[in-house]
Amino acid sequence: MQAYPGLYPVAPPQSAGPEPLMTSALAPPQVLTHAGFDALLAELKRSGHRLLGPIVRDDVVVYDDIESTADLPRGWTDVQDGGHYRLQRRGDDALFGYAVSAQSWKPFLHPPGQRLWSARMRGDAVQIQPEPPPSERMAFVGARACELHAIALMDRALLGTGPGDPYYRARRAQVFIIAVNCSVAGGTCFCDSMHAGPQVTAGFDLALTELSDQSPPVFLVHSGTTAGSAVLAAVPSAPANAAQIAAEQTILAHTRASMGRKISSTNLHDLLLGNLQHPSWTEVGERCLACGNCTMVCPTCMCTSVADVSDLSGERISRSRRWDSCYTSEFSYLHGGSVRHSTAARYRQWLTHKLATWHDQYGSSGCVGCGRCITWCPVGIDLTEQVRAIAAPPAG
Amino acid sequence: MESLERVLMEQPFFTPLDSAHRAALTRYAEPAQFPPGAYLLHENAPEDRFYLLQQGRLALQVHVPGCGARRVQTLQPGEIVGLSWLIRPYRSSYDAQAFEPIRAIAFDAARLRALCGADHDFGYELMQCFMPVLLQRLQAARLQLLDVYGTLL
Amino acid sequence: MALSSEDSGTRLASAAMVPRIGRILRRHRDAPGVWTVEIGETDPGVVPCAAGQFNMLTAFGIGEVPISLSGDPRDGTRLIHTVRAVGAVSRALAKLPQGAPIGIRGPFGTGWPMHAARGHDVLLLAGGLGLAPLRPVIYQLLAERPRYGRIMLLYGTRSPAEVLFMHQLEAWRRHLELDIEITVDHAGAGWHGHVGVVTTLIGRMGLDPVHTLAFVCGPEVMMRFAAAALEAAGLPDTSIHLSLERNMKCAVGVCGHCQLGAAFICRDGPILPYARLRPALAIREL
Repeated sequence: MQAYPGLYPVAPPQSAGPEPLMTSALAPPQVLTHAGFDALLAELKRSGHRLLGPIVRDDVVVYDDIESTADLPRGWTDVQDGGHYRLQRRGDDALFGYAVSAQSWKPFLHPPGQRLWSARMRGDAVQIQPEPPPSERMAFVGARACELHAIALMDRALLGTGPGDPYYRARRAQVFIIAVNCSVAGGTCFCDSMHAGPQVTAGFDLALTELSDQSPPVFLVHSGTTAGSAVLAAVPSAPANAAQIAAEQTILAHTRASMGRKISSTNLHDLLLGNLQHPSWTEVGERCLACGNCTMVCPTCMCTSVADVSDLSGERISRSRRWDSCYTSEFSYLHGGSVRHSTAARYRQWLTHKLATWHDQYGSSGCVGCGRCITWCPVGIDLTEQVRAIAAPPAG
Repeated sequence: MESLERVLMEQPFFTPLDSAHRAALTRYAEPAQFPPGAYLLHENAPEDRFYLLQQGRLALQVHVPGCGARRVQTLQPGEIVGLSWLIRPYRSSYDAQAFEPIRAIAFDAARLRALCGADHDFGYELMQCFMPVLLQRLQAARLQLLDVYGTLL
Repeated sequence: MALSSEDSGTRLASAAMVPRIGRILRRHRDAPGVWTVEIGETDPGVVPCAAGQFNMLTAFGIGEVPISLSGDPRDGTRLIHTVRAVGAVSRALAKLPQGAPIGIRGPFGTGWPMHAARGHDVLLLAGGLGLAPLRPVIYQLLAERPRYGRIMLLYGTRSPAEVLFMHQLEAWRRHLELDIEITVDHAGAGWHGHVGVVTTLIGRMGLDPVHTLAFVCGPEVMMRFAAAALEAAGLPDTSIHLSLERNMKCAVGVCGHCQLGAAFICRDGPILPYARLRPALAIREL
């Protein structure tokens, strides 16, 4: 980049177009009925997986423990906009007929709290007990393309450099992923702009497309791994016919065409880093409440802090890690005060990290276009608008 | 006098002066020496002389009742002692006290002021010598005011 | 889709998150609120720390902070760290009595570019507590004295009472193996050193700008002015190295706190060349 070459040494790779569908090299696509899907979930449960999938709770779709397809948000869809989320009836029995859940898979792979170690103090003797990494096997049911990209980004950030995060590694190592191609795009979705959806292309064991207008409704299933093929082989399914395979592409084309938001993703790195003193940062800083909602729902925001606690006697102590947000004043605290004192500077840090310096650090954008930060911002701040404000020629 | 002129020629401080103006300056200069403890300038006294230090260091001081002399800056060879002669009321702002044996060149401030008034070219070039010192001391004073070593590190 | 789990990697990573246990051998007060602690008996032994690197030190039950090495990097038996007691953790660390346990993770970060300094003049520019992370450099330069040209230390601090390592500085000055100039912001008449900001000393040193490397450590404001003064003296920005300070929690570039532009100061720093830092330092609140 021209204006600020110093701390941004890597030329950002310009995103290529959408990757081709990983049409299974392992097996041709199969078709699964709802009963077959239930059998598949039962098979995963039988093999020791904790089943996690979308449910309706508190008037939103969230990921939580499920038992069967009966727990899924059958017939629900979502209406999303800046600072706005409502569930609505679809008028059919689609299980995955909503755009994107309120929270991503992040809490299951990188939980909000994680104990790192505990210790016993006896006089001057200290005995430290490292917290063992978990060994739970999880199955993610209904992961979207943007979420698979987000998981790939977290893999790179948390496992790619240095020794990596052992807790993330342990959870991640045990995950079985059933992805779903999106049949609707939400009002705040822009995965197409970020080349992160709506079609799942990699990072799944099984990928479904819900053909909800067929009678009876069925799923087209691709296997992405041998583990995926093995589970699929254990349940009743049939080879997909040409019409069903074509229907999948029609659905995806429709989803791609109905994205609620757009962002010009070419050269965002240079655009943002070349405009670090643009007046629009101040303007957005005046609206931003610095609440940190965007960082909580962002599937790639993974900043953490640590806290040491001890009991009253001081004998039992422990250190825990918890999610942190670059919007808090403590985040950049250096004895005496915060480096990023103003809300404008904190917003700028969040957005430039997500869309620009992530390229330097990890070789790609840190945004997957899921739109959660727009939907869950209490004042409806929209990063796609912020990018447009910076790209626009200065007024006057 | 010729050797004094050569000394002045070698001083980076007077680089902005052309050779004729340097020669003029020499006419108002003479060598000076001070023992440790001697005062070159007194706060609020008329500043009719200023100095270019050649050897030894001195301190600019302000007397604070109850605290004695507080040193605000030390000056060393190559530096100018006395800037107040340039502007009204031509009185020194600080005490300048030697704490080492001092060798310096003393300048007749009153007559140089008159020369500046009569020959604006000379005056302009002399200001070019003094402005960087003023700016540097202003910046240094502001940095001191920030008290950066207090809590920031 | 699952990722393969590498057991050795997991163990290594756990180790990076769990402190080793050391013991306070000695502590002494260097200046008001500034304490130097000597740590020994770390299990399974002292892990060497290079000049410019830091350890994350834990006061058990209170918390953990990054502290640069201030002792001799060649000392295989002790870790020496100098702490200003300003927050809950650093106050607790400064108070640890002899024999008390202390947690250590590290060392982390880049060191001063000692190798690049070979055959060069080395100018150390310290402000306040910034002398502490530069002291390991002095130990190493003096131990390998013939490898370097002129060695200069310009040290600015607030007042004579706050000059760190005074006896050692005087001893080193008597050695004549390095030039030491100390300046303070304010002093009484008893102080015979310099009074004034440390940057004003740079122009008086008669530097050979092509063959000089400058290592600068101090408050960020002081380092910005110092870097400008060094450039004015003719040093290229690639020859000026600064030690940055940011909030650090994990020390391995994953917690996100210490970012400055694309750099993680804990991992890519804390020592970085001014050529890389200049644009970022010019932007407020980056």
